[in-house]
Amino acid sequence: MNRTVRLHEIANARSGDKGDRLNIALVCREPAHFAAVATQVTAERVAAAFAARKPTRVVRFDLPKLAAFNFVLDDVLEGGVNASLGLDGHGKSLSFLLLDLAIDIASGEPQSARAGQKQSV
Amino acid sequence: MAAKVFIGSAAGFAGDRSDAGIPVVGALAAHSGPRFLMYETLAERTLALCQLERRKDPARGYSTALDRLLTPVLKQCLAAGIRVVGNFGAANPPMAARRIAEIARSLGLPAPRIAIVEGDDLSGRLSASELARRETGGKILAQMRDIISANLYLGAQPIAHALDQGADIVVTGRVADSALALGPLLHVFRWRAEDWDRLAAGTLAGHLLECGAQVTGGYFADPGYKDVTGLAEVGYPIAEIDADGDIVITKPAGTGGVVNRLTVIEQLLYEIHDPAAYFAPDVVLDLTGVDVLEIGKDRVRVTGARGKPAPEMLKATVCVEGGILGEAEISYAGVNAAARARLAGEVICERMQRRAPGLVIRIDAIGAVSVLGNSSVAPDLRASESEDIRLRFSAQSADAAQIEMLLDEVEALYCAGPAGGAGLRRRATPRLASAACLVERRYAEPRVTLFGAPV
Repeated sequence: MNRTVRLHEIANARSGDKGDRLNIALVCREPAHFAAVATQVTAERVAAAFAARKPTRVVRFDLPKLAAFNFVLDDVLEGGVNASLGLDGHGKSLSFLLLDLAIDIASGEPQSARAGQKQSV
Repeated sequence: MAAKVFIGSAAGFAGDRSDAGIPVVGALAAHSGPRFLMYETLAERTLALCQLERRKDPARGYSTALDRLLTPVLKQCLAAGIRVVGNFGAANPPMAARRIAEIARSLGLPAPRIAIVEGDDLSGRLSASELARRETGGKILAQMRDIISANLYLGAQPIAHALDQGADIVVTGRVADSALALGPLLHVFRWRAEDWDRLAAGTLAGHLLECGAQVTGGYFADPGYKDVTGLAEVGYPIAEIDADGDIVITKPAGTGGVVNRLTVIEQLLYEIHDPAAYFAPDVVLDLTGVDVLEIGKDRVRVTGARGKPAPEMLKATVCVEGGILGEAEISYAGVNAAARARLAGEVICERMQRRAPGLVIRIDAIGAVSVLGNSSVAPDLRASESEDIRLRFSAQSADAAQIEMLLDEVEALYCAGPAGGAGLRRRATPRLASAACLVERRYAEPRVTLFGAPV
């Protein structure tokens, strides 16, 4: 039995910027989820999720030892923090756009935190 | 040789907390052996702002955060033998050194030995067109003649040399952020310049420390999913590094925050592109073999950094004028707020299209669609049920009159716009644009001088 959750349920994400390039590190809270994320959260899917920002290139780097991924999105920050008219020129909030993606995980797989169920980390 | 080096971080940017260093220095003082406190205070544009300040007053141009960040801990650092390394020299390291000597004097402290690291400033050495030819991507500098600041990123060697000369405090201008930690490690452990894996480990330690609390629970908390206790008193990090380059990240006892596998990995990948090739002046860092292991409460061991030979070219950041950013906000709240906000946007667009046809105006509807929106036109609020919307109009131009025109138009919504427009705020801010260049190593001329020593 699989069930669908948002990435936010099983993973952490952190954004960083350099010029007009954004990187989002995605880290599985439980390393057991690495394979499911690797299969489903592809660079193409992330590019589609950020289509409104017209990325010219999206690359995913895999870090299996850390159960983590690094997504690099080119030209999505409206020129970067020095040029963007938006409120978040750094793209700091965009990690949470990535965490909105849905993912299928096996029901038996460990889940580090459920919504409404607190767990200190 | 010392078994372990302790490096604490007291600031990850110029706006960081001025009391952050106090628990870090307290924890370092309780240890013995070589101990250092690092300050990273130079974001890309910060140095350009300091350069502008220096042009107005040759005695200024160092980090405006220097007094605020250093004063609370200087006495204990000097008393305990904790040596300070900071890039708060910004555009004027010699004047930063003078200011530190003044602070020490005003606190009644013995005169510290202050070393000044310079040689990052490219002004007068590469022309605007020579810089433009070296710009990565080449979009910003091509049309520019007036360079505000051009600084390459120096490596760790000059910081190590400064410490070799017995400096209590090392002030630099632009250096790689990670060099603020690698410099002390080179000074203590005498790692060779081709010992790539150890240089990589020292660079990694610096990378984990350079953003302060971002590795100890800052920029991390997400209630219900990633709870962090004591965030208001989050402890800033301390790295313990041994001669082989094994790193333990921890934080002062009794502080808030958390150090665990996840806080460390999030920071490990922060602002990284290819994890197999993170370019620093002294080494190219490969993170793909790194292991992160929780070994105790708020103690995480980081091992396995690998290094590749230092890059031939050095990165430089070049800043030029970027026009003026205008922003004006007005609120619409209560019944039918979204429709009134939408009408306000249409009124501004109609009037500005006539008065300044080429000006790109962005409209955000804070409370409905803003931070995650991408629109350079009015957001469609027809479906919005929000009854608390703050409209934000923004535009950028080299023409100050056009920006004032937009701000005036938004202000005029008070009397001439939709019903209930409230709480106008407006401001025009000069902007800087920054470009990244790759510069030949021969343009780096690092030099170390001691404050007060005859030149």
